[in-house]
Amino acid sequence: MLLQTAVAAASQHPLSGTIAEWVWLLPVLPLAGFVINGLLSLNSAHFGPTDPNTPAHHPHSEGAAEAAALSHGEEAGAVGDDHHAVKRHRWATLTSIVGPGVLIVAFLLALAIWQVMVSAHPETPFIQRYFSWMPVGDLQIDAAFQLDQLSMVMILVITGVGALIHIFSVGYMREDPGYPRFFSYLNLFVFFMLVLVLGSNYPVLFVGWEGVGLCSYLLIGFWFNDKANADAGKKAFIVNRIGDFGLLVAMFMLFANIGVLDFVGVSAKAVELGAGSAVVTAICLFMFLGCTGKSAQIPLYIWLPDAMAGPTPVSALIHAATMVTAGVYLIARSAALFSLSPVASLTVAVVGALTAIFAATIGLKQWDIKKVLAYSTISQLGYMFIGVGVGAYVSGMFHLVTHAFFKALLFLGSGSVIHAMHAAYHSTHSHEDAQDMRNMGGLKRYLPVTCVLMWIATLAISGIPPFSGFFSKDEILGAVFARAHGSTLASATWLGIPGSTLLYVVYGIGLAAALLTAIYMTRMMLYTFHGPVRTGTEEEKYLHEVPWVMTGPLVVLAILTIFGGWLNLPEVVTDILPVGPGEVLTRWLDPVVGPATARITAGASHVPVATEEMLIGLAVLIAVAGILFAFVRLKPSRVPRKADAIPEHGFEGVVANKYYVDEALDRTVVTPVYASSRNFLWRIIDNGLIDGFFVNGSAALARGFGWVGSRLQTGNVGTYAWVLVVGVLVMLAALTLR
Amino acid sequence: MLAESLALTAALFIIGVVGVLIHRNAIIIFMCVELMLTAVNLTFVAFSRFYGTAGQVFVVFVMTVSAAEAAVGLAIIIAIFRHRQTINLKDINLLKG
Repeated sequence: MLLQTAVAAASQHPLSGTIAEWVWLLPVLPLAGFVINGLLSLNSAHFGPTDPNTPAHHPHSEGAAEAAALSHGEEAGAVGDDHHAVKRHRWATLTSIVGPGVLIVAFLLALAIWQVMVSAHPETPFIQRYFSWMPVGDLQIDAAFQLDQLSMVMILVITGVGALIHIFSVGYMREDPGYPRFFSYLNLFVFFMLVLVLGSNYPVLFVGWEGVGLCSYLLIGFWFNDKANADAGKKAFIVNRIGDFGLLVAMFMLFANIGVLDFVGVSAKAVELGAGSAVVTAICLFMFLGCTGKSAQIPLYIWLPDAMAGPTPVSALIHAATMVTAGVYLIARSAALFSLSPVASLTVAVVGALTAIFAATIGLKQWDIKKVLAYSTISQLGYMFIGVGVGAYVSGMFHLVTHAFFKALLFLGSGSVIHAMHAAYHSTHSHEDAQDMRNMGGLKRYLPVTCVLMWIATLAISGIPPFSGFFSKDEILGAVFARAHGSTLASATWLGIPGSTLLYVVYGIGLAAALLTAIYMTRMMLYTFHGPVRTGTEEEKYLHEVPWVMTGPLVVLAILTIFGGWLNLPEVVTDILPVGPGEVLTRWLDPVVGPATARITAGASHVPVATEEMLIGLAVLIAVAGILFAFVRLKPSRVPRKADAIPEHGFEGVVANKYYVDEALDRTVVTPVYASSRNFLWRIIDNGLIDGFFVNGSAALARGFGWVGSRLQTGNVGTYAWVLVVGVLVMLAALTLR
Repeated sequence: MLAESLALTAALFIIGVVGVLIHRNAIIIFMCVELMLTAVNLTFVAFSRFYGTAGQVFVVFVMTVSAAEAAVGLAIIIAIFRHRQTINLKDINLLKG
């Protein structure tokens, strides 16, 4: 019923009749790109990464084992000195046009729709119904898209940053034998991501949710000939299934309790669940379980560092800018539910805070440049969850957007570094690790543009004003602080702890994580770009800046990183400085998350301007302190080469080994599951019960009956005659002697 | 009158059935089957006397079919005898499970 009224409202919607009706084209464009590139990849002599005739020029990931390097060397040997002659896929040119092309067109369309939205600024979502998907009794699910301010933000990020990363990939994946396959997966990912953010109900969102998981799996294991990469893909897929189970349960509970699954209906009927009731808390917690899987939060974060096995543009697009932020989007989308449950909201904030500090400490001790960024992503996602957890949905989304800018920049920058390193090692047939920072150092001489651009992103992520990360991170911390004074969260209790105390703790953890962020990011920059070159004297000659097709997207991202903060300048800044309007994003998202935010902040007193300024000053001070600390304490000149490195001991060793979480999970979960599967499910249930009893048992039963039947057929006609006569007599008796 | 007729035919039929059951010789069993058919024919005739002539029509049908059956049956028995030198049904039991 609610849906129909919503549809009726849509017919007079300010966006109807405008270009917004073409919203279906947004996902269809990358889908078309997927089909075209997919067909191109099938129609080729080279399918898969190790065609014996093609030297695999791709940079090996961290997990690339000796075996791969060995085969690599053989290939290089086979082609001799001819390895500078670039062998490209036969359809590479067409793919280079189609792959990024569909994204650019989609981005332009998104811009056009955004323009219309800016002028119309609709108060209600614009819902486009295409067909009835699951009409089952009371359950009415439409295949429908919903366009509102929240999905618009996500669409712009996905298509915009996505287009830049696609362009970068043209250079990065240039010589890969699976070039069209890579772009087809990447296009497919964008399709599913757009379905995720455009879906007007949870099931459609779930389709996108699963779809991006599939593409993540495909792209992590893109170089699947290396078992480590394939395993990383499987790990991501399996860990995400645990989270998806939570999301499914949340959907079932929503339907069981309020009977609707579309976002408009849920927002309207959420209150019927009762504020703070056990049901709404359970729904939110199950939903958050889904988010911890997709967005790599404790306890399901373990897949993301391994996901770095994929090509670096994949890490930038999927595992930093878009897919992993789907959880943040989901909570912002379900703000009406989360704002009703202070316990669930506080859980989100606490888990986010713990993840932020936990991942940041691991990031301090990683040597693989992509692993540092992976843990940094987990940490920053934690920040976003702090934001949406304390009901600062706008701040969470703001950090999502700025993080998409600067983390995509950092990942693509690391991609440039790896590309250059790999080319250098490839030229000398060296099998050194192209991603290990101990093999880098002093690269600013060879990659000056990348160095400057990555420094911009580093300052942004560390929280140095006026870069974007400063504003978004500060807004989250400010929101935590403000919520600690009288809000529905502050008055609630969480596991017996008063919400107010908890929020102060979260704030403190957030500050500590900010300090660590500044340290590990500066450490990464110092070890990569400064100090002496550890790449090797022979290789140094081959180090060079990457082509413009790769630096170009970096420059655009750097501009966005610098000015991204203008999306939502705090009023405390715009009041003093004439830098433009403040709180743009807050006002933009107000129709979507405004009511939910108001419910959380009910009764909150406004933080005095002086306090706010003090908090900003503290945040900046901490960021600067972190960077200075790294500069003073870390000496790039004393870093050993990877080959000469000695393993670290004590607590540092524990951190360097990621707190042995993977090992612990292996012992406590994976091994028992394997053992019980093998000894119980396989040997007893499958072999014993199913194969032994049911399959072979039914066969034996049929054989037994067959044996009895065959004994009856004696071949003696006399016997048959006796049986016939006796049968007739019995039937006669039965019919007459009743 | 009908009761006596039916008693006679029933007796004849049972003699035929018992003959089929207890004899081993294919020719004798064959003759017993003919006896059963004759008993049935007699029943038809008896009934036709009381309920119209339709029964007599059936008798003609049955006799026609039994003549054909006798021709086929005897041919089979002769073929079996040529092949096995016996028409004892105890020895003819190849078709079994």
